[in-house]
Amino acid sequence: MVNDVPLSWFLGLGMIMFCIGTIGVVVRRNPVVVFMCIELMLNAVNLTFLVFARYGIAPGQTLEQATNTAMGGQMAVIFVMAVAAAEVAVGLGIIMAIFRLKNEADVDDMSVLRG
Amino acid sequence: MTPNQIVFLVLAFIAVMASAGVVVFGANAVRSALFLVLNFFVLGFIYFTLGAQLLGITQIMVYAGAIMVLFLFVIMMLQLHHGPQLKKYQDAKRPLAWLIGLGIFCLVFTQVIQKLSMTSQSPVTDEYGTPKAVGLVLYSTYSWPFEVTSVLLLIGVVGSILLAKRRI
Repeated sequence: MVNDVPLSWFLGLGMIMFCIGTIGVVVRRNPVVVFMCIELMLNAVNLTFLVFARYGIAPGQTLEQATNTAMGGQMAVIFVMAVAAAEVAVGLGIIMAIFRLKNEADVDDMSVLRG
Repeated sequence: MTPNQIVFLVLAFIAVMASAGVVVFGANAVRSALFLVLNFFVLGFIYFTLGAQLLGITQIMVYAGAIMVLFLFVIMMLQLHHGPQLKKYQDAKRPLAWLIGLGIFCLVFTQVIQKLSMTSQSPVTDEYGTPKAVGLVLYSTYSWPFEVTSVLLLIGVVGSILLAKRRI
């Protein structure tokens, strides 16, 4: 199962998504949107993990060895997904707690650690 | 141009447009969340083209399904104000953001993408992305990180319950 899309196209897509996410994290002031931009960056990196898993295999390996090597990329993506899920749950909980305390949530105004 | 490349270009175009929509429509959080759902969905299809079926399904279910529902839930609960009030102070953040974004773009483009000349995917067995193959590796070679992830998720559950309580 080989697909003839060049490596640089996939990497370009990942790069563009990562840069858009970075710009969004800095520009946006709604904490929920900032979180979404972070998710965007995580997904861009996930894409590059999967892409390098398929393209970065050393020549001279048998088919089974190559498949086993490529599996590492999928494992990284699975763990990133699990960490992202935990991060979203805790992060949104923190945003809710701040909102309940100050009745507004603006990343530029969040400057105190204790309520 | 082969059919595979055309399919990739179409999917990539939708993904880039959707991710730009997340930032551009950031003043309206619900709209931006829906753009993010579209982006995750299309990214799932790109995973399919890379031969990772299980991860493509997981992407759609976990990201486009579970995580985005959580986001929408919080957006609708919080009622963050938006509109003209958001332009209260437009300081140096906007040019700084463009500087950082374009800086990363130029750096990665010149240092990584131009130097990689591998053009074709390496062949793998037909079982590459199936649940069976992924599960076999996940529960044998990667069982230790798998267990650590379960501890992390437990911590996440406890932490979010603690944060959500009104009085601790």
